[in-house]
Amino acid sequence: MMTITEKIIAAHAGLDKVSPGELVMVDIDLALANDITAPGAIKEFEKIGVEGVFDKKKVVLVPDHFAPNRDVDSAEQCKYVREFARDREVENYFEVGQMGIEHVLLPEKGLVIPGDLVIGADSHTCTYGALGAFSTGMGSTDLAAAFATGDTWLKVPQSIKFNIDGKRKEWVSGKDIILYIIGKIGVDGALYKAMEFTGDTIEGLSMDSRFSICNMAIEAGGKNGIIAVDDRTREYEDGRIDRAYVEYYSDPDAEYADVHNYKAEDIELQVAFPHLPSNTKGISEVGNIPIDQVVIGSCTNGRIEDLREAAKILDGKKVEKNLRVIVIPATQKIYQQAMSEGIIDIFIEAGTAVSTPTCGPCLGGHMGILAAKERCVATTNRNFRGRMGHTDSEVYLSGPAVAAASAITGKITGPADL
Amino acid sequence: MEELKGKAWKFGDDISTDHIAPGRLFHLRTDLPELAKHVLEDADPEFASKMKKGDFVVGGRNFGLGSSREHAPRIIKIAGVSAVLAKSFARIFFRNSINVGLPVLVCDTDKIDLGDELEIDLAKGIIKDTTKEIELTFQPLPPAMVRILSDGGIVEHYKKHNGFKLD
Repeated sequence: MMTITEKIIAAHAGLDKVSPGELVMVDIDLALANDITAPGAIKEFEKIGVEGVFDKKKVVLVPDHFAPNRDVDSAEQCKYVREFARDREVENYFEVGQMGIEHVLLPEKGLVIPGDLVIGADSHTCTYGALGAFSTGMGSTDLAAAFATGDTWLKVPQSIKFNIDGKRKEWVSGKDIILYIIGKIGVDGALYKAMEFTGDTIEGLSMDSRFSICNMAIEAGGKNGIIAVDDRTREYEDGRIDRAYVEYYSDPDAEYADVHNYKAEDIELQVAFPHLPSNTKGISEVGNIPIDQVVIGSCTNGRIEDLREAAKILDGKKVEKNLRVIVIPATQKIYQQAMSEGIIDIFIEAGTAVSTPTCGPCLGGHMGILAAKERCVATTNRNFRGRMGHTDSEVYLSGPAVAAASAITGKITGPADL
Repeated sequence: MEELKGKAWKFGDDISTDHIAPGRLFHLRTDLPELAKHVLEDADPEFASKMKKGDFVVGGRNFGLGSSREHAPRIIKIAGVSAVLAKSFARIFFRNSINVGLPVLVCDTDKIDLGDELEIDLAKGIIKDTTKEIELTFQPLPPAMVRILSDGGIVEHYKKHNGFKLD
């Protein structure tokens, strides 16, 4: 009797069974770093002194945070990563032009598949759990060792089950569900634990919404988020991948540290107030909060479904005149799809700025930094103090529907109030 | 391991990696000693200029939540902090700290106040608050992590053992 997380770890440790708390060595299917974390990893990797990376296909490098280069320093760092990729013949290096936000790009390219074990030097590596894979974030030095050896050590986490049943309210997406859960359990409510999402509401969600949910497992302190494979996952992978995958499911008698049951009917559109993702309110309780900027994008909500939802609301409307609205499709493919569906036209007609893929403003990097006292509604994942710019700026987290409606009114607004 | 001695700097719950090393200062990320001059700036703007080498960062719950950026524990170490004490740590920050050789200790930090003089014996697992004349204990690290820490981080550990050594 094991959970899905325990089964994937056991399979990669070459063991029949693992239990929470156990330290195990595991084989890695994919090791990821970006332009912020790869330079540190490469520096440490060179110290180890091995001939090359453990597998040229299994190392992925994506310059997405401060790329296209925001300044000379970023240019130097991206160059360092690019040259490493070239010298070490890393096959999965994605240059500006093919690059997208890593956690949207990797599933889109079919690089992560169900049953995989993935580590990445980025905290939102937990996103891939939506595919029924185990994935977790680590630091640069752990990745350096993984680049050399193809393995790493893990402590097997306890699992918490989040069971959500019932019909979603209008406009409610995966983002609202995960914000609601984080609001209930807090930013350390799943510290060190696996967050397993089940129930008929989850089964009814698109892959894009499932990625949003698993993406923010880290925001509750979770080691990984995970959703078992179903027909929707199989349909997503169909034609996308050239490796066979293994489907893992939790045993009915698997042990959980806790089980939370929620009703979808209780979940309205959510907004997380400054300065923690757990500081959530339903849209009906928000009150009058004027804003200066809206950002729609990121590894949480820069996917095609997010852009479609925003476009539905912005179609034929204008952005409030004192507001800056920045839309960032997460990958080139999503950008192109949005163009062919007429979504980009809607955004530009409405008066938004549409950017090439980048993490940019989410981490206060570039492309939409806030001044003192400014407020932003963002579909990103963190609203810590100073996250998007000045220490005295404020970030309110929401899904794309609230972000788009707020873009029209200039204050935090749900689509029902337009 | 040596005995650590210094003053306690208190911080609250949920100190994030953005408090420790904010993205807006990432143009300094290739010059960590310079970035270290801003360490924890968004939690306490005076900390970096007033702390002395050997002092301790004492947090509440969930210290180091957020990003996987390793700059966060690295600049705490470069600033001269000898250990971080907290009621609990975010997972990635904890792991990064061990990997870069920064001691991270889980203990009841409510008993420690700003300015208390502390003496810590890492091997014995004892924290002495000499201001209050009390002794606290901290949860010992698993042996595998003690080994990584005493080898000088994960890279040195790997080189020494020609791989990882869990047991």
